Amino acid sequence: MPRIGVVVCWCGHNIAGTVDVTQVTAAAAAMPGVVYAEDYKYVCSEPGQDLIRRAIADKRLDAVVVAACSPSMHEATFRQAAAAAGLNPYRVEIANVREQCSWVHRDREEATVKAVALVQAMVAKARREEPLEALRLPVTRRALVIGGGIAGMQAAMDIADAGYQVLLVEREPNLGGRMAQLSETFPTLDCASCILTPRTAEVARHPRIELLTYSEVREVAGYVGDFRVRIARKPAYVDWDRCIGCMLCQEKCPRKVPSPFERDMGFKKAIGVNFPQAVPNRPVIDREHCTYFEKGKCQVCVRVCPVEAVDFEQRETVREEAVGAIVVATGFDVLAPAEFGEYGYGRYPDVIDSLAFERLNSSSGPTGGVIRRPSDGRVPREVVFIQCVGSRDPDRGRGYCSKICCMYTAKHAMLYRHKVPDGQAYVFYMDVRAGGKGYEEFVQRTVEQAGALYLRGRVARVYPEGDRMLVRGVDTLSGQTVEVAADLVVLATAAVPRGDARELAQLLKVGTDAHGFYNEAHPKLRPVETMTRGIFLAGAVQAPRDISETVAQASGAASKVLALFSQEELVADPLVAVVDETRCAGCFLCRPVCPYQAISTRVAGNREVATVNPGLCQGCGACAVACRSGAMALKGFTDEQILAEVEALCLRTGSPG
Amino acid sequence: MEYRYFPGCTLHEQARNFDITARESARELDIALVELDNWQCCGAVFPLATDALINLVSPYRALASAHAAGFDLVTLCSGCLNVLRRTNRLVATDREAREKLRDFVEMDYAGERRVYHLLEVLRREVTFETLRSRVKRRLTGLHVAPYYGCLLLRPPEEMEFDDVEAPTVMEDFLRALGAEPVDYPFRTECCGAYVALREAKTQAAAQVVRSAAAAGAELVVSSCPACNYNLERVHPTLPVVYFTQLLALALGRDGAFAGQVPDPTPLLRGKSLLPEVS
Repeated sequence: MPRIGVVVCWCGHNIAGTVDVTQVTAAAAAMPGVVYAEDYKYVCSEPGQDLIRRAIADKRLDAVVVAACSPSMHEATFRQAAAAAGLNPYRVEIANVREQCSWVHRDREEATVKAVALVQAMVAKARREEPLEALRLPVTRRALVIGGGIAGMQAAMDIADAGYQVLLVEREPNLGGRMAQLSETFPTLDCASCILTPRTAEVARHPRIELLTYSEVREVAGYVGDFRVRIARKPAYVDWDRCIGCMLCQEKCPRKVPSPFERDMGFKKAIGVNFPQAVPNRPVIDREHCTYFEKGKCQVCVRVCPVEAVDFEQRETVREEAVGAIVVATGFDVLAPAEFGEYGYGRYPDVIDSLAFERLNSSSGPTGGVIRRPSDGRVPREVVFIQCVGSRDPDRGRGYCSKICCMYTAKHAMLYRHKVPDGQAYVFYMDVRAGGKGYEEFVQRTVEQAGALYLRGRVARVYPEGDRMLVRGVDTLSGQTVEVAADLVVLATAAVPRGDARELAQLLKVGTDAHGFYNEAHPKLRPVETMTRGIFLAGAVQAPRDISETVAQASGAASKVLALFSQEELVADPLVAVVDETRCAGCFLCRPVCPYQAISTRVAGNREVATVNPGLCQGCGACAVACRSGAMALKGFTDEQILAEVEALCLRTGSPG
Repeated sequence: MEYRYFPGCTLHEQARNFDITARESARELDIALVELDNWQCCGAVFPLATDALINLVSPYRALASAHAAGFDLVTLCSGCLNVLRRTNRLVATDREAREKLRDFVEMDYAGERRVYHLLEVLRREVTFETLRSRVKRRLTGLHVAPYYGCLLLRPPEEMEFDDVEAPTVMEDFLRALGAEPVDYPFRTECCGAYVALREAKTQAAAQVVRSAAAAGAELVVSSCPACNYNLERVHPTLPVVYFTQLLALALGRDGAFAGQVPDPTPLLRGKSLLPEVS
C-alpha cells in the first residue's frame, strides 16, 4: 500500500474558525495508508511548504493529501513543493475544506465531520494514483495581438521590444481605438492625442510588429504554443501599397455622411480616414455610402488619385498565421442611451453622451474644440452631467459600476469651465468613486476650483422648455426635488462589451461574464490570463477600466507572453483524456461533447478510433462521461479513482451517528 | 375576434361615453366584446401588501369567469387593466396565492387567459395598418396630446405594455386615425390619482395639461376615467377625451361628446370633424 501523508491547513481562521483541524488531523492519521498527518496555520507559506517537503523525505511518502483551499488556488504551489522533494507532482491531492466546507457551513461539528469525509475521499483517491509525466509541447515564438487601441499597442510594443515578432490585428482602418476619440485624459489633463499619436507611429514603424489594420480574426484553431489563426483583411478599395497618403481623394469626394467617429455630430467623406493623424495614413471607401457603389457612377477619387490606387474591384483576402500566444485587447463600447426614454436621447439633439462631449472638446473634433451644442451651435451656459446612465442599475440589467465615468465626468466639468469661464456645470451622481493616484484630488479641484455643482441623486426626466432642457431630479442630501434648466445635457453611459464580444470569445474559447466581458483565470492571482492557456487579456475587454490601468494590464499580459516564449518547450498538465483503442467502438459520441475540438479520428488496423490531441485537451472529462464503451479515461481522474472517492464519502456520511 | 369584456364600474356611470364609443368602435372593427356576466368592481388598486389576497378575490373571479367562458379578457380602463393583469400574473406564478384564491372563490383558474387593453387588441390583432384603412373620417389637422399616466405602463416588468419611459402605442394609434400626436414631457407622469380627489390637490394634473397645451395640443386623450376626471378640471379650454371617442369619431360615429366640460365639440366642428349644429 502506498505511504500517504496528510497535511491539514488552518488557513488562519478561514478553515480553523469553523473546522476542528486537530480532530481532522487525528482522524486522517487513522485512515488506511496514512503514515503521517499534521496540521499547520498556513500550509501555502514557505514553512508550510517545507513541512510537506520534509515529510516526503523523512516519511518516504508516495502521495500527499493537502486539506486546504480550492485546488484552483494552490494546487500548483503544493505540486511544486512535492516535486522539489522528489515526489511525482501529480501524486498531490487537494481536499477542498475551505470553499466547499468551512466557508459554507456554520455548525462546527458538522463542518468537521464533512472535512474528515473530504480528506477520506482524497486519501482513497491517492491510494489509486499513478505517477504522471508532464506533456511537452513546442512553442512558436510569435504573438498575435487582437485590437490596436492603447491596450493592444502597449502589449505589442512590450513583446516586440523583447525581441519577438508580433502580429497586430485591428478592425478599424487605423490604430488608436477608443482613446483616439478622447480629448484630454484625467487626472493630469494630458492631451490624449499627444500621448497616443506618437505611440501609433512607433508601433507602425517597429521592425518586429506586423500591422494588419482593417482586418478581423475569423478562426482560431490549435493550442498554446501553436495556434493557427485565420485573419481576414476587409477590402479598403484602395491599394495601400500604391497610395501615398496625400488624401486628395478625401478632399475631393463629393459625398458627405455623418461620422460615427464624431458621434454623428460631424461629417466624413465616403473615402478617407477617421481623423487627420490616423496611422496608417491610408484611406478606405465606405461602401455603404459611396456614390459609385450606390449608383455606378462618380469615380471622382479615381480621377484625382495621382498614383491610381483606387480599386473598386478589391476583395476580402484571408491569410493563415501560426502564433504561440494571443493577447485579446478588443476594448469596450458605450451603451446606446436610446433605451433611456426618460432622458430623451435621440429625440432632443442637446442630449448627448460623454463620448460626444469628448469630441466637442477635441481640437480635431467637429467644433474645433469649442464647446457648442448640437442644436444651434450656441456655447452652453449651463451643462448638466448625468452619471450612472445604465451603470449600477440592476433593473435595466447592469448592476456593475463602469468605473471610468466619475473621473471623466469630473474632467468634462473642469474642461468645460476652462473653456466657458462663466459657465456652470451640474453633476448628478450616486457616489463619486475616485480611487486612483491623484483622482480624488482631481475631483476636489473640479468642485472647488472649477465650481462644478455636485448634486447627489438621480434624474427622473429631461424635457425641453423653450430652447433649453429642463432636468428634473432629486437631491437626496437635501431631500428636495430639483429642476435645472440646461443648455446641454451629457449622459455618462455605461461601458459595455463590444457588440460582437461573445462571438470572438467563442472563437477563442474564452469565457465571458453575464454581460459579455471576458473572464480572467483568477480575479486576484491570474488577472491577465484566461482559462485557455496561451490566451491573455488586456484592457476593457475584461471589465471597464481607465487608461493607466489598461496600460499596466497590457504590460502584464505581455510579460506573460514573454514568460511563455522564454521556455524551450512548454510543459502541459498530463491530466488529459486518453483512449483505450482496444475498447473504442468508433461511435465518436465524444467528438460533439468536446468543447475544445480536441478529438479526431485515427485509423487503427481496419477500423476508426477516437484519438485525443493532448495539446488541445483541457481535461474537462466530458468525453469520458459520454463514452459508452468506457474507452475514454481522464488521467488523474480514472473511473476507479472517482468511484473510490465516492465510496469513501458514502462510508463516512452514510451512517450518521 | 371574440373577447369577454370587463367594463369596470366607472364605465357604467361617469364614463358611459368611454363604454359606448368602445362598443361602437369594436362593432365597426369586427371585434366581439361580450360583457362578462355578473362582474364586480376590480378593486381599483392592486394591493402592495403581499398577504392582502382578499382584495384580489374580485379580479380573480373576473379572470376565472372569462376562462370558464373560454375567452381572453378585454378592458378599457387603465386601472382595471393594471389590477387584472397583475392579478393574472400573480395567479400564474404564485402557487400559494392561487390555491387560496381558488379555495375561496371556488373557481379553478391558474392564469391560462390573457388580459388585453383595447389598445393592445388594436395593435396586435387589428393592427394599425388595417385600422388606418378602416377609418372613414380622417382626423386630419387635429393636434392631440396622448396621456398615458402611470397605470398603463407601470410596473413595466408586470405590465409589459410599452416602453415605460418612451411609449409609442397611443401615438401610433393617433397617427392611424390621421391625427397628429403632440410630444410633451409629462405624458407618463401621474395625474395625482385619488390623492387629488381627497386633498383637492391638482398640481400634478395641472402640470400635465399645461405642458400639453404649451406643446400645441388642442385635445388630450387618455384611457382612464380617473385621469380624465383630474385633467379636465384644471384647464378651462383644453378638452380631455377617451381614446375610444376619437376612434368612434374616425370610424364615422358621433364620439358621444355631449355634456363634456371643457366641450370638445367646437374644436371638432371647427376642423369639420363633426357636423355643424342644425
